Amino acid sequence: MTTADALAAPPRGAQQGDSLALGRARRRRSDNLRGWLYCAPFLLAFGIFLIWPTIYGLWMSFTGTSLAGTNTEFVGLANWREALGDPQVWTSLANTAWFTVLSTIPLVVVAMVLAVLVNIGLPGQWFWRLSFFMPFLLASTVVSQFWNWMYNPQLGLINTFLGWFGITGPAWLQDPSTAMIAVVVTTVWWTIGFNFLLYLAALQNIPDQLYEAASLDGAGSWRKFRAITLPQLLPTTVLVLVLQMLASLKVFDQIYQMTGGGPGGETRPVLLYIYEVGFTGYRLGYASAISYIFFFLIIIVSIAYMVISSRRSVKA
Amino acid sequence: MSAATPTATTLSPAVPSVKSPALSTAGRRRRKTTPARIVAFVILAVLALAWLIPVLWAVLTSFKTEAEAAAMPVSIIPDSGFTLKAYLNVLTEGLVPRWAWNSLLTSTLVTVITVAISALAGYALSRLKFAGRQMIITLIVASIMIPGQILIVPLFNLMLSLNLVDTYWGIILPQVVAAPMVFILKKFFDQIPFELEEAALMDGASRLRIFWSIVLPLSRPILGAVAIFVFIGAWNNFLWPFIVVNDASLMTLPTGLQTVISAYGIQYAQNMAQAVLAALPLIVVFMFFQRQIIKGVATTGIAGT
Repeated sequence: MTTADALAAPPRGAQQGDSLALGRARRRRSDNLRGWLYCAPFLLAFGIFLIWPTIYGLWMSFTGTSLAGTNTEFVGLANWREALGDPQVWTSLANTAWFTVLSTIPLVVVAMVLAVLVNIGLPGQWFWRLSFFMPFLLASTVVSQFWNWMYNPQLGLINTFLGWFGITGPAWLQDPSTAMIAVVVTTVWWTIGFNFLLYLAALQNIPDQLYEAASLDGAGSWRKFRAITLPQLLPTTVLVLVLQMLASLKVFDQIYQMTGGGPGGETRPVLLYIYEVGFTGYRLGYASAISYIFFFLIIIVSIAYMVISSRRSVKA
Repeated sequence: MSAATPTATTLSPAVPSVKSPALSTAGRRRRKTTPARIVAFVILAVLALAWLIPVLWAVLTSFKTEAEAAAMPVSIIPDSGFTLKAYLNVLTEGLVPRWAWNSLLTSTLVTVITVAISALAGYALSRLKFAGRQMIITLIVASIMIPGQILIVPLFNLMLSLNLVDTYWGIILPQVVAAPMVFILKKFFDQIPFELEEAALMDGASRLRIFWSIVLPLSRPILGAVAIFVFIGAWNNFLWPFIVVNDASLMTLPTGLQTVISAYGIQYAQNMAQAVLAALPLIVVFMFFQRQIIKGVATTGIAGT
């Protein structure tokens, strides 16, 4: 119970004649109305633009709705059955999972390394933060433009650089064996700043005394890192890991913009498939069914995280 | 729009003398230059360079002529020197200024509306004990798990029936629903000592007046953090404006640039000039408000991604 709760509730055993208690009771009745009134603008938007589409989308998944709009007949589980048997759904889910694995690992590990290095307190703090965090502020289209240019097979900087050493670089985004890696590198470059910040904040919250005590015991830097820094960063690592997995599972922008899901569907994530089915194929009902399959996956990851973190707080 | 569990914020009410320890700039104590520190510095410098190169390369290209940009072998510094031609072309012929205006307008409105409705709801949920309060909180927290991206199909259908496709409001309205922000603000208001308001209540001040003249001024840091986060998200949002707007004159910068990628793929200098122009506003703002932005993102981002 918060302070506010305690103060707003009438004191136990208050008497009828107590004017203070009466005032509070009156205030409480009007609080009912006021509470809903103050929440109304948010709840209105929340209801129309979040709750309703969530329910409506589920309903659509049981219909044959098309973008042309007319056919809304109920088709039962047909869309769901089709989705579960659609090899494209499975490949795009597999691509999404593969992208998530490939991107999450560096986005956690490299972010931690960068934060640890910056946190040493070397000169140029402003510059380090600018370099690593700035890409996070760029729109996906800007990032894709920059990296399409970097990856350009003839004119790009990467293949030019490789050329100086006599290596002929591949057509990064068009070659099935490199396209996914290329997209992952771009993603790491673009979004690492956020995880970097979370780690930096966590590092600065580790009490200095821990390090001072360790120094008195004669521990070296590496020893201190392993015995103090890493364990202290564990809760942040779990958090960053889960947030990153959820973010990576939702990948769309940069893949749509850089490879369009190609070559040959090699990089197409599930959200891109949903977009193609719904907005290029005009099958909104079917797209909704796939959306909900994806939604269940997201919920499973979220619940797994909640279970892990609640078990941890029970232990602690 | 969506994400994981909201966590307590690191910001505390702007009561003087309460100083947040998080993210204080610069190092702990000054230390001597040791070989280990020099090695760390070199590693960091190499990494920072690697991170800056894509941007520098784009900027360099944007100052070349189209012929130089497409010339083989690739030259780092063009023989014919640098030119502003690409920028002039983009600014005079393209729709970039228009898109920038659209982005500014829609992002500002999204931010203002989101902060206003979220703060009001957050205040009610924090301070008013009304019937249904717990239900609303549960609903809001549960909704954080819904990924906004899966809603594009039903949301687009909704926009069709509301006649909001190809309008500014069509871009703006779905973006003002920020359940994590309501939750963050509620938690922040919970930390403000109630005594301040109690006294004003006794003096007969209305709730709305208390909210406006006592709670909001104390909440400036968190309001700023939420506003920054929402603005960056709206400014950079791609998927939704891309779905709901087809009219090129209503596009925002990120979606407008996408049409350029597909349309004139071979004008490299102009492409880079456009991307640099689109990137510039937030980078400039970041350079001036680095500390506030970093703090705001770290505070709200946990719940907001």
